[in-house]
Amino acid sequence: MSDESTNDGATNEGTAADTTGEDVTAEDVTAEDVRHVAGLARVDLDDDEVDRFTEQFGAILEYFETLDDVPETDAEPDLVNVLRADETREGLRQAEALRNAPETEDGYFKGPRVS
Amino acid sequence: MTAHAVEAHESESERERDREFAAVIGLEVHVQLETSTKVFCGCSTDSATEPNTNVCPTCLGLPGALPTLNEAAVEAALKLGKAIDADVPDRTRFHRKNYYYPDLPKNFQITQYDAPICADGALEVSVEGDSREIAITRAHLEEDPGSLAHARGGRRTSIDAAEYTLVDYNRAGVPLMEIVTEPDFRRPTEVRGFLSKLESVLEYLGIFDADRDGSLRVDANISMVPESEESDEGSIPSDVLETANRTEVKNISSHKGAEKALAYEVTRQRNALQRGREIEQETRHWDESRGVTVSMRTKEAEADYRYFAEADLPPLEVGDWAEEVEIPELPEARRERFEREHGLGREAASKLTSTKAVADFYENLTTEFDSDLAATWVADELLGELNYRDLTTEDVEGRLDEFRRLISLVADGEITEKNATTVLREMLDEGDDPDSIIEANGMGKADDDEVSAAVEATIEANPEAVADYENGEEGAINFLVGQVMQATGGSADPGSVNVMLRERLNG
Repeated sequence: MSDESTNDGATNEGTAADTTGEDVTAEDVTAEDVRHVAGLARVDLDDDEVDRFTEQFGAILEYFETLDDVPETDAEPDLVNVLRADETREGLRQAEALRNAPETEDGYFKGPRVS
Repeated sequence: MTAHAVEAHESESERERDREFAAVIGLEVHVQLETSTKVFCGCSTDSATEPNTNVCPTCLGLPGALPTLNEAAVEAALKLGKAIDADVPDRTRFHRKNYYYPDLPKNFQITQYDAPICADGALEVSVEGDSREIAITRAHLEEDPGSLAHARGGRRTSIDAAEYTLVDYNRAGVPLMEIVTEPDFRRPTEVRGFLSKLESVLEYLGIFDADRDGSLRVDANISMVPESEESDEGSIPSDVLETANRTEVKNISSHKGAEKALAYEVTRQRNALQRGREIEQETRHWDESRGVTVSMRTKEAEADYRYFAEADLPPLEVGDWAEEVEIPELPEARRERFEREHGLGREAASKLTSTKAVADFYENLTTEFDSDLAATWVADELLGELNYRDLTTEDVEGRLDEFRRLISLVADGEITEKNATTVLREMLDEGDDPDSIIEANGMGKADDDEVSAAVEATIEANPEAVADYENGEEGAINFLVGQVMQATGGSADPGSVNVMLRERLNG
């Protein structure tokens, strides 16, 4: 396989990235982006934290940008149609499922009220 | 008239015209696919009485757990694709839809985005004799989120009054098909017709169980446009559609609910527009118990789901699979066959094929009884009485043998049709079997001696009517037949009583 043969995979990834909106590069990260992402994750940030995260987001994206310099290599052969027969498998008991939950009530996970 | 007055007059009549509005409705329907296990893990889809008992590390989103796609869910989706004549791509895949809400343990839902497993399908719906084709934009596979309950001080309450939230992940990961239509509906009755047709097709395919709680959920988009924009075929220009403000009505869970919710919303919007108000673009909640739609009033941030490809699931190649998948005879085809093979009219054949259970029952009866008699008793009597009681055949599934017995009593002439109807009503109201009802009420068909005796007694007791008949008054015979019927408690056959009376009086 030549290097070009991996383009197929790359095109796929490209489509996926498009769906997230415009690509943000390390220099572009603004305080507004951080506030937006924090809002989506329902995390309350104060101004100091916003500044700090703006810097850190930029740094993280920069690490990923270094991947652009890595030469393309042959991809693993593509897997397709990995499927499972429709047969039930034993899962977790209720007590096991709830074991790590900080709060529970009557077998439910308990969390703050939502809107 | 001055030029100015003409202009005023015209604009007034224009306003008058615009007061007539046409409703534009599109649907997003979620149906649960009937599988034994969830779509990405081996947990059972049975409804559990205890919360968080059909769960595992995958559907709880525990670190390191990986999804594996259920073959049966894909096959069900492909069957639906074939039934609605959709395009199935050679290659399809899954995406993550990210949002942060406690019904999603992973903080994302695995769904499909750019390559739905079905696209560009259609379903034909007939309402009040009019057939219309509803275009289906897409239908994709996804996992159901978990279910939330809102509580305060140990008691369930409304979302607004809640202090905290209780989460059950038994439903998380149950396979769903999200079916999205074009805004092709003009009337709430069409929506109801579409939903029952869709359900019937899904049931015929064996991929859906209407009795499961939450197996059908509907969101509807609705807007009003000036009626003058509607073409004869019912289509509306896309620029008109885009400018009309629309509402999204959520929380609809039945065909009847859909019709009611949309009828309410059409009236609400029409009234607002006629009073010169604007329709606010918003999400509204259908409150089934009050029969109204209520603004959800949440300042929802612009949806930002940051879709990206689900790397834990390799792509699916379904082109050949879609070709090979076999589907059974669908309602439309079966209706045509019933018309052909059993000589039924279209209406009777439609009723008899409305659900697979009814069609199977009828077809089974035709092997034993006259197909016309069976059609009358199933389509008119049984379905009619069930409908009157707000029941469906599923509610009486275990009693089909009793109905068969009743029909055999009619077929063998052991009970009159009139009495059989009474027996049927009693069967449904009291839950008794036909033989004991007939015995308890002495409704077996009267034997000939009994009828002759009643004929004699009637002639004796009604000399005036007899004289009228003998003087050529045809109507008098009906009165006498009625008297005989009454004397035999309805257990005589009116046709033969008529003949007996004439023979006796003419002779």
